[in-house]
Order: sequence, then structure tokens, then C-alpha cells
Amino acid sequence: MSINELWTTAHGMVFGFIFLLGFAGALYGVYMMKPEWLTAEGASTNVNRLRIFLWVLAIAVWLAVFSGTYIAYPLYRATPPEGALDLTNFPRYLLLANESTAFWHKFGMEWKEHVAFISPLAATVVAFVVQYYGASLARKPEIRRWVMIFFAVAFFAASIAGMFGAFITKAAPIR
Amino acid sequence: MTTAEINKPNGPVAAALLAGGIGSAVLGLLTFGAEASEGIKTLMNWYNPVGPLMGKSSLGIIAFFLSWVILNSLWKGKETNFGRIAIIAMVLVAVGLIFTFPPVWSMLLGGE
Repeated sequence: MSINELWTTAHGMVFGFIFLLGFAGALYGVYMMKPEWLTAEGASTNVNRLRIFLWVLAIAVWLAVFSGTYIAYPLYRATPPEGALDLTNFPRYLLLANESTAFWHKFGMEWKEHVAFISPLAATVVAFVVQYYGASLARKPEIRRWVMIFFAVAFFAASIAGMFGAFITKAAPIR
Repeated sequence: MTTAEINKPNGPVAAALLAGGIGSAVLGLLTFGAEASEGIKTLMNWYNPVGPLMGKSSLGIIAFFLSWVILNSLWKGKETNFGRIAIIAMVLVAVGLIFTFPPVWSMLLGGE
């Protein structure tokens, strides 16, 4: 793999993947924080692990958006030289050159590159709330509910970015 | 779980949630603004290789952290109407989600 391909892989298949894969477990950890289901010791042990897990996921999704924006994206939108016929190394222009693939840029990349940034904001909020309340979050069902909603928003944004990233990479990979 | 932990005021949490909403809304509105106006698009182009995405995303992130700091200083140690603030935060997040969705741009601005 070239260095460009390695960075693209790190962006999607490492940082993004960590968040998307870890989401379900973390959401379940928050959902499980019910006082009738946990002993005091269980709540304390669970929340300490959950705190670390949520910060790891938040950091992963920040790394995903920054590596995407400042490393992969410039490579994606690089301008070909005047009169270039081979657009293989210019993914954005390659997609736009053909009506059958232009959709992947005009809809897919345009949506993905923007909506993705909502994910780290929401994930950071979730990590902070669990950090702040700790085990006592079990006794705050309303706040716990909103935490789960925010986390679902983070997952939705990241999954859109991940899905279109995979499709676009298939259609016009960064080399 | 100590009594102090159970009785922690919800102000800082409300601040974080609302800041998340503000950051999302700023991102969404700037994204739409850049589509609607070449002037805004140019203003958002802080670094050519990344293009206007850098300005839009950076201002959204700045809005998030700055509003968090301000709101936290206002609500630290206080109980807030958490339910109402959470709803406002979600409305703002929805603004961000809606205005980062390309078909909305076409619908509001016309064209493809």
C-alpha cells in the first residue's frame, strides 16, 4: 500500500471503525446503568470502564474526522493538470467526469464530509456526561436517556460518513 | 456512589449538551451558507487543499468549545431546566443534520 492508501485506511478502517464497532457496547453500558439492575460495586466498576471506553471512542472519532479532513480529503480533491486524460489519481474529478458516478461526489462526499463533524461533538458530550456523573448517572434516568439519544446521533453521523466513504473508495480510491 | 455524586447539579451537563447543539447548528448553517453564497464559500476557504470545509468545520468546532466554556461558567454549580435545554440542544442538532444534507440545498436553492 502507498502512504496515501495507508492514511485512508487509518482514517476509515482504524479510527472510524473503532468508533462504529465500539458504539453498541458503549450504548449498552449506558443503558445498563439502572439502580435495580446493579449493585453499588457493580455500578462503580461498570462506570469506570465505561468512562475510559467512551473517551477512547470520542478520541477515535475526532482522529477519524481530522485524518479525513486534513490528509485524505486533500488527496481526494486534488486538481489534475490541465488536459489530463487519466484521472485515476484525482478521485473527485474522476467521479465527476462520468454522469453515472457523479452522484457519489455530489451527494455522497458532500454529505459525508459535513455530517461527519457532528459525530465527535456528540461523542464528546456523551463522554463528558458519564465522566461527570459517574455511577450516579444510574439514578438520573432523564439525563441517561438524553445521553443515549446524543450517542445515537453520533453513531448516525459516523455511519453515514463510513458508508459513503466505503462506496467512494470503491468507485474512486485514493492511491 | 456518594451523596455528593448523586446531588451533583446538572448545570455543567446541560452546558455540554447545549454546546453540542450549538456546534452542530453552526456547522449546518455555514455549510448551507457556503452553498448559497460564493462570498461565504470563499470566506470559509482557509486552506486551499481542504477548501471551504476547513472554515466550516473549524468554526463549528470553535462554536462548540467556546459555547461550552461560556455556558459552563454560567451554569456551574446550578440546577437548570434540563429537559427544556436538552430539547433545544436536539433541535439545534437537527438543524445541523438538516443543513448538511445535500438535497436540502437543492430544495431551498433550486438546481440539482
